[in-house]
Amino acid sequence: MRSVPVNQDLIEREFAKTSPYLVGREKVREFSRAVFASDPVNYSVEAAREAGYADVVAPPTFAIVVQQLTLDQLFAVEDSGIELTHVVHGSQQFSYTRPIVAGDELTAQLSITSIKTLGGNAMVAAETTIRDARDEHVATATSTLVVRGDAA
Amino acid sequence: MTSDEVLVHPFVPGDVVAEATYHLTRESLVRYAGASGDFNAIHYRDDVAAEVGLPGVLAHGMLTMGLAVQPVVDWLRDPARVLDYQVRFTRPVVVHPTEGADVSVRAVIGKVDEAEKTARIDLTVTVEGGTVLGKAQVVVRLP
Repeated sequence: MRSVPVNQDLIEREFAKTSPYLVGREKVREFSRAVFASDPVNYSVEAAREAGYADVVAPPTFAIVVQQLTLDQLFAVEDSGIELTHVVHGSQQFSYTRPIVAGDELTAQLSITSIKTLGGNAMVAAETTIRDARDEHVATATSTLVVRGDAA
Repeated sequence: MTSDEVLVHPFVPGDVVAEATYHLTRESLVRYAGASGDFNAIHYRDDVAAEVGLPGVLAHGMLTMGLAVQPVVDWLRDPARVLDYQVRFTRPVVVHPTEGADVSVRAVIGKVDEAEKTARIDLTVTVEGGTVLGKAQVVVRLP
């Protein structure tokens, strides 16, 4: 069995914050339709405001769109040892301080919190902290990426 | 009803709080690709899926995760009450070009934390009787 090629130094690395992602109202509606959301707050500004939100509310998994920007940073690291074609999404977790709403300007920062070897595969935990324009925490999104060991 | 009857707590482990079935078609996958920006071709091209050894075109794992929480969101009636949501992607969802695929979601109360005023909702997500997500859990704030 080949050894897992993922660079352990990724854990120490500090990734740059992403430039602000402006959450658009139509993007929220589009994403809501795509995940079969049926709550009026996902579509109607009026319903969202009545419920106490500034604008339409994004479904819980919308945070992946912002997290993806940081995963792209990871995949762009030349010495990561992670071959994109050998990556499988193993698990996903979101922890929320508040829902994302249209109008939010979100920045995200990645850190690699663990790299474990399991049966010839590497399990990479990629944790992305998402903050709003006031630098307040919105959500933390964590992906476990399974990097197949035959990538070398 | 007698006056000494105890008010039963509405949140009891084992109770089913929501159930739903979603019909996925190839159009659903293209729609999710556009909405999410995930244009991996295994989610819309049979030839590419076959080339990498897959049994067919697959739904995005994040699409399955995204729709599976919706019955819980509808039950809560306030998206701010979703505190945490996690899943493991254990089995791919193959979406047939003409038949599509039906994804069924059953949401059951797993555990109630009275002190924290939270509950863990366990999701069972199946396609043709087989579970496609593992450890699918939503932590929600109780009213």
